[in-house]
Amino acid sequence: MEPLRKHSGLVYPLNRANIDTDQIIPKQFLKRIERQGFGQFLFYHWRFEDDGNPRQNFSLNEEKYRGTSILVAGENFGCGSSREHAPWALQDYGFKVIIAPSFADIFYNNCFKNGILPVVLEENVVQSLIEKAEKEQYELTVNLEEQIVQDSTGLQESFSISSYQKEMLLNGWDEIAVTLRQADKIDQYEQKLVKN
Amino acid sequence: MDKPKTIVDKIWDRHMVHQEEGKPDLLYIDLHLVHEVTSPQAFEGLRMKNRKVRRPELTYATMDHNVPTIERHIIKDEVSKTQMQTLRKNCEEFGVSLADIDHPDQGIVHVIGPELGLTQPGKTIVCGDSHTSTHGAFGALAFGIGTSEVEHVLATQTIWQQKPKTLNVKVNGELGKGITAKDLILAIIAKHGIRFGTGYIIEYTGDAIHSLSMEERMTVCNMSIEAGARAGLISPDETTFEYLRGKRHTPKNFDAAVEDWRSLATDEGATYDATVEIDAEEIEPQVTWGTNPGMCVPVSASVPSPESAGTSNEKESIQRALEYMGLEANQPISSVEIEHVFIGSCTNSRLSDLQKAAEIVRGKKVKESVRAMVVPGSHSVKAAAEAEGLDVIFKQAGFEWRDAGCSMCLAMNDDIVPPGERCASTSNRNFEGRQGNGARTHLVSPEMAAAAAIEGRFVDVRKFASPAVS
Ligand code: SF4
Repeated sequence: MEPLRKHSGLVYPLNRANIDTDQIIPKQFLKRIERQGFGQFLFYHWRFEDDGNPRQNFSLNEEKYRGTSILVAGENFGCGSSREHAPWALQDYGFKVIIAPSFADIFYNNCFKNGILPVVLEENVVQSLIEKAEKEQYELTVNLEEQIVQDSTGLQESFSISSYQKEMLLNGWDEIAVTLRQADKIDQYEQKLVKN
Repeated sequence: MDKPKTIVDKIWDRHMVHQEEGKPDLLYIDLHLVHEVTSPQAFEGLRMKNRKVRRPELTYATMDHNVPTIERHIIKDEVSKTQMQTLRKNCEEFGVSLADIDHPDQGIVHVIGPELGLTQPGKTIVCGDSHTSTHGAFGALAFGIGTSEVEHVLATQTIWQQKPKTLNVKVNGELGKGITAKDLILAIIAKHGIRFGTGYIIEYTGDAIHSLSMEERMTVCNMSIEAGARAGLISPDETTFEYLRGKRHTPKNFDAAVEDWRSLATDEGATYDATVEIDAEEIEPQVTWGTNPGMCVPVSASVPSPESAGTSNEKESIQRALEYMGLEANQPISSVEIEHVFIGSCTNSRLSDLQKAAEIVRGKKVKESVRAMVVPGSHSVKAAAEAEGLDVIFKQAGFEWRDAGCSMCLAMNDDIVPPGERCASTSNRNFEGRQGNGARTHLVSPEMAAAAAIEGRFVDVRKFASPAVS
């Protein structure tokens, strides 16, 4: 996994709450057995008409949001299905940071396994970021090391994150390798099970 | 005496492999359930790093999401076919047991775990599937994980978990006549919202919960994720033990196991991080009207109006849901006509669900404008239902009688609701496009779905069943 320390990028505002993983990546694309290539299907039914043409009224299709890499959305982002295809699609499309007032648990955890940083900020802060990005191109810098989100006009918001998840992302570690450092503990646990 | 503990504390402590300041806990996993959709990339990850499945005997796989429920062996979709073949290959290569498409144990992963007795009190159970919470009905700590975590559990038989807070959902009193476990959980989510469980493990307690059968408890725990909870469980009791007695994978010394399981129940006086109480008597049959499971009203009520919303965001979300669902504000939910009925899914496809639905349709006919189907949760549910003649009741009424799988719950196979059409469904998610692009889903109990099939619209099943009215 690619480490993520600090990221600057343009914001894509998606002012909806409870965006579920069925919307992020619909089920017909879950049949693939690869990890890559899901970006083209991101928000599929919001982005495309039934005939496959881009929907005029879905903002991600607008020119001004081309190349955005920071998604800012409403509360409870990523609820529903546990499908990791959701972060795969977001990441493959080019999003590196997602900012929301809250996230669903499984989705939040899945982000860290895929080099995406989910940032929780206060609802009113998120709303103001959305408003700014809806008005004009808006760039943010997210510094994971210092746990702050900044813009060029003086905005400075700190966010919290568990030290474990922070470290995993900063280093791009393979979690299985980290766990296997505790292999003798797992062995001991299993031996105890056998005895009981 | 020791400090009183919740069942979550007890299971957590028993499974602690490693604990370290500033880190989540490393927990041992007793049972890892696997299906075809969320596992291929995990097995591939193992292969790339030359890793093995640490405990194949604690891992159990089946195919459910993609499988056709009719003409079983004709899988038209090449990509689906590849995904199923991939699971077959992976299970063989890594030595994992698989209930393949034609295996007598095949079925929806959350239906077969309990059926086979793999699901037991006190176990830690994971699966790359959010409805793993279902297994909590047995007093197991069961939760959904992503594919990277699937790979992690395959390789290490452990998982890193920050201990969630505990939430006591206490249901007092007794459910009214004709009120189901599905109505109960829908009413809880309607009242408290789809986020109230986020960051928590729910323990369902109270008289109304402990008087439920195991199958009803599974329906309740199944939808814990729809309240955002990490898991949902119920302390095991005599009902739990009786259900498990004689099941294939239960411990040889069953009575000793029961003694141990009994000790898992939450201690008198144990405290939770939060508690909500619900009065079972208040609950009516429920119907969802919108695009998440919290958008739900009693069958006697009307669809809300955006004007009733407290905030502008809420107003917008009601507006968008009404539009998607093709409904008018303030329209009585009983006036909504449906074209499809789906009785199935890991929420409501067990034998008792089918029995109750069959009771409603016996001797009646599905309305002409409605296409209705029953998809049993497993091969063995199907066989048991057929042994009782339920298939005949359904077929005579005009229902299609299918083979086991997830089917129209998520429409990954050919069982799809066409755009703009409306389905009364016993599944757990009414998200946009869940049952097919543009499909409109209304979540209900099996009884309500059965009655809707007959009437072509939502009716209060309590009146429907009563001979005085019919
Ligand atoms: S029945 Fe539906 S909710 Fe249950 S496991 Fe299958 S797809 Fe998921």
